[in-house]
Amino acid sequence: MAERVTVTIDGAQVSVPKGTTLIEAAKQAGVLVPHYCYHPSLPSPAVCRMCLVEVEKSPKLLPACVTTVADGQVVHTNSVGAKKAREGVLEFLLINHPLDCPICDQAGECELQDYTFQEGRAEGRHDDYPKRYNPVEEFGPDVLYVPNRCILCTRCVRFMEDVAKDGVLNVSERGDRAYIGMFPERELDHPWAGNVVDLCPVGSLISKDFLHKARAWDLDRTASVCPGCTQGCNMTIDTRDNTVVRLRPRANLEVNRHFMCDEGRMNYRWMNRGDRVEAPLVKDGPRHQAIDWEQALDRLAQLVRGAAGSAVILASGRASTESLGLVRRMLAGFNLTAAVAVPMGEEAPLAGVPGLALRRERAGNLIGARILGYDAEWTAALAAAATAAIVVLLDVELTGAEVARLAGAGAVVALATMESEGTSRADLVLPITTLAEENGTYVNVDHRVQRFQQAKSPPGMARPAWWLAGEVLVAAGETVEAPATAAEAFAALGVSYPAFAGLTHQELGFTGRVLRSVPAGAAG
Amino acid sequence: MGYPHPSHPKETPVLSKHFGDAGARTYEGWVQRGGYAGLRKALGMAPDAIIEELKASGLRGRGGAGFPTGLKWSFMPKGDGKPHYLVCNADESEPGTFKDREIMRWTPHALIEGCAVAAYAIGAERCYIYIRGEFTEPLAVMHQAVAEAYAQGALGADALGSGMRIDFVIHRGAGAYICGEETAMMNSIEGKRGNPRIKPPFPAAAGLFGMPTTINNVETLAAVPHILNRGADWYKGLCLGNPKSTGTKLISVCGHVQRPGNYEITMGTPMRDLIFDMCGGMRPGRTLKAVIPGGSSVPIMNAEEAGDCVLDYEGVIAKGSMLGSGGMIVMDDSADVVYQVWRLARFYAHESCAQCTQCREGTAWTTKILERILAGKGKEADLALLLDLSDGMTGKTICVLSDSCAAPIVSGIQKFRPEFEAYLSGARQPALAMA
Amino acid sequence: MSGATQAHADTPHQPIFVGEVQARLEALYPHYPTRQACLLPALWMVQEARGWISEPAMAEVAEVLGLTPAYVKGVVTFYTMYHTHPVGRHFIQVCTTSPCNLCGAEDVLKSLLRESGCGELGATSPDGRFTIAEVECLGACGFPTPILIDDDFIEHVTPERVPGILQGYK
Repeated sequence: MAERVTVTIDGAQVSVPKGTTLIEAAKQAGVLVPHYCYHPSLPSPAVCRMCLVEVEKSPKLLPACVTTVADGQVVHTNSVGAKKAREGVLEFLLINHPLDCPICDQAGECELQDYTFQEGRAEGRHDDYPKRYNPVEEFGPDVLYVPNRCILCTRCVRFMEDVAKDGVLNVSERGDRAYIGMFPERELDHPWAGNVVDLCPVGSLISKDFLHKARAWDLDRTASVCPGCTQGCNMTIDTRDNTVVRLRPRANLEVNRHFMCDEGRMNYRWMNRGDRVEAPLVKDGPRHQAIDWEQALDRLAQLVRGAAGSAVILASGRASTESLGLVRRMLAGFNLTAAVAVPMGEEAPLAGVPGLALRRERAGNLIGARILGYDAEWTAALAAAATAAIVVLLDVELTGAEVARLAGAGAVVALATMESEGTSRADLVLPITTLAEENGTYVNVDHRVQRFQQAKSPPGMARPAWWLAGEVLVAAGETVEAPATAAEAFAALGVSYPAFAGLTHQELGFTGRVLRSVPAGAAG
Repeated sequence: MGYPHPSHPKETPVLSKHFGDAGARTYEGWVQRGGYAGLRKALGMAPDAIIEELKASGLRGRGGAGFPTGLKWSFMPKGDGKPHYLVCNADESEPGTFKDREIMRWTPHALIEGCAVAAYAIGAERCYIYIRGEFTEPLAVMHQAVAEAYAQGALGADALGSGMRIDFVIHRGAGAYICGEETAMMNSIEGKRGNPRIKPPFPAAAGLFGMPTTINNVETLAAVPHILNRGADWYKGLCLGNPKSTGTKLISVCGHVQRPGNYEITMGTPMRDLIFDMCGGMRPGRTLKAVIPGGSSVPIMNAEEAGDCVLDYEGVIAKGSMLGSGGMIVMDDSADVVYQVWRLARFYAHESCAQCTQCREGTAWTTKILERILAGKGKEADLALLLDLSDGMTGKTICVLSDSCAAPIVSGIQKFRPEFEAYLSGARQPALAMA
Repeated sequence: MSGATQAHADTPHQPIFVGEVQARLEALYPHYPTRQACLLPALWMVQEARGWISEPAMAEVAEVLGLTPAYVKGVVTFYTMYHTHPVGRHFIQVCTTSPCNLCGAEDVLKSLLRESGCGELGATSPDGRFTIAEVECLGACGFPTPILIDDDFIEHVTPERVPGILQGYK
């Protein structure tokens, strides 16, 4: 147990472990010390000088980001001296910083704007001296560098050097001629480079993908989890007018700290696809006929009751734990083969954060699927599907060849987000929601169950897969009540799957929980 | 001596005794002149005894900070098992200062001997001598002298047969005033940009390559063998003023005096004796206007303050400035104080490492304001602005370059305000054309 | 150093750290606990060999010392004595900081710019002999005005002495 130290910050007394910095101790006292260069996931250089605070008995203001607590310290973050110092830093930063707010993407989520509004000078005194000018540079496939806006906090340099361990950025020159430089013939193309855009407190490093796309104040932000691989980086889905415009990492010190990889970050366009299944469809001759949910659920219940023998579920690794679990329970009476699709890719670790990597298994809920018994090998499952009484496709887009393998199957039910060859072949197509359109959970490589939340409304009549499975279970007399929310669906999992017994959505919070025990054979 | 001028009776030649004496440069020549006896004696003493002697002598850092040398050496941990390093700061770049250059090019073995004693005293087996890149002659002379010292067995695995290892590495700088700051110097030796480090940790705890390190100025180290040879009491006795300022100080006098040069004075010597006796006073028809006593980073003194100022650490502080490096810039009535303040601000703006916001932007901004004033386009509010910005640049940064830029600005406006106002009112013609 | 072996900006980069130069660099390795600490000495060796430090040269230094090229470039651009583009055969540094400024340094600078044919700071004279830079305090304030021509540190330069001094450099 680390030795603890008591300090008073702005009148609030807190007890923190010895070695804690004042800036972190202040957070516990509910005080945010304004800062730029400091970041909890980067080494601290104390160069911006924004975090200078007054500490009683110290002759000079001290930088809160590197000063460690001493027992009995009394700190004032808003003393006259501290405020004047911050006002000074802001004025100095603004003498060369262009008045780009009207055309700068960072507006509305800019820390220079925020602190200047909060405590900067109303008018600068730099008068009519020309401002330093350098042209915009393309740093990499997605990152633009606008040197004029740079406040030289060096977070980007430290991230690439110390966290990505790919020293492609430097500080070039000296004094007020300094800028962030690169070496020609190298690009900012590291698999995790996009994080520098989030780290940049101002609009100096910006994303080409997001350039001029939306204003920060128009965005709705929803807590979610990246479906791209088994790492399960926590992310925020930014939407405007029900369209996903950006994904950003969300802090989770146990999973991804403050970062997400570029592949996950850029993978959001599928959430806006228009080629969705919007209504339940039943096969009528060569074509599909749209029906309502009541009819669709009846039809599905008939198919499930009427078949005997073997069933096959071919599921996407992006399906939620709730959906995977309840769909499997729906087919509990069959000799069941359940498989999950696992696209593979190259691993890309973030060298400076042990345990953080873009994983080879590009399926966000692979581990959840395995724990729920989706353990069949894909080609074996396809072979079994050829003679199965009922085949359920859960959010998978099969290839033409794979669909052809289903020719001999009894009934094919497609729980589908997008239209595909599989939905064309299916006898019954039920429209389901994507992770962006529902609440649910994924289980990551460390067996941490994490919640994601609904960021946009689903198209047409789409509903979560767990919902329709729940309805079928009630119709079949298997359960008394169908779960009405994802939380209820999750709680219901515990009945059939001991790994989840007793766990609730509420307990998972926003950083998730590692499962206590994992059944044998469920390892990812 | 007031090299290049003959020694003045009011000087106390200890370090400067052999300036101008080419024979002092060789190992043999130095031994003939009493050299390496101090090192021999030191190697026969316990390191703690050497440190105590240094403490008793009252020697303080001669690079500018004036920190007690013996005390600094005593901060080094003992028995920690880590490699210790001594760094000799030969980056001499403080405007007005040119003493370390003379010590190196005339008496290189004096420095070698002093560094060797210090290294032994602090448990360091390796000493890095960081010489600024522009000092081509000192570099050549020191390389030659170090090679000689190795050849003669004064350095190396068995220094003077003592069984102790003392190795020297000469490291050449590449043009950065800020590398004279001790933590920036360590970064520069490590192959990095010369950015000063935050303290704590202090060098004695984690310095060069993360190991316990002591950094001392050339003049400080050159004094060490003399203290061992002649005793702490002798050094302490060299004191004409405050007892906390002992020994001799090389004052590099430059600017508007008849005989600019390095003058070695006993601590406590009156400034007027130095300027008007030793340096021969003003040029014909000229009167003293201002003195910057300790290198450009200390406040400017006016003639009245200089008139009864005592040259030791406390004496100059009493007059509102600092002894600093002892680089004394003298200005007579022909000098344009506003122009020189601008030129100094330009110096600091050029040398800022760019880490801290106030320094990076403030040094450049104050330079622009002063330039505009000199171009006849200054505004009435500019003086108050300069003072306010200087306050914002003081006491808020990782190192004191920012404060050093503010010092001449604040003292210049405080003591020579009419000169600034003459530009503002148009009474004085512009000295610059704005770009 | 004389500019005798100045590399032109457009010729393909020939490795510098081979043979004798490589041996000199490797002789430094035992003096420092890290390769990185050999960076400033290595850059001096590059400038001695080629007259300036090109980007391919930075990349070579990076490879030899196990650093990234961007890192090396960040260090090179920090220190003003390293040239990042070709200069005249003889590089002249003139101090104009206050102590020398008080003693006529600006007149010395003007004289040098005129007599050398350079005309302005940073420009190379038409005959390729000289490039002149205005530098900060050279640490010889008692001997105004000091100048550096290559490695020659010349004190007490006055406008009158300039033509004679320049004649010695071809």
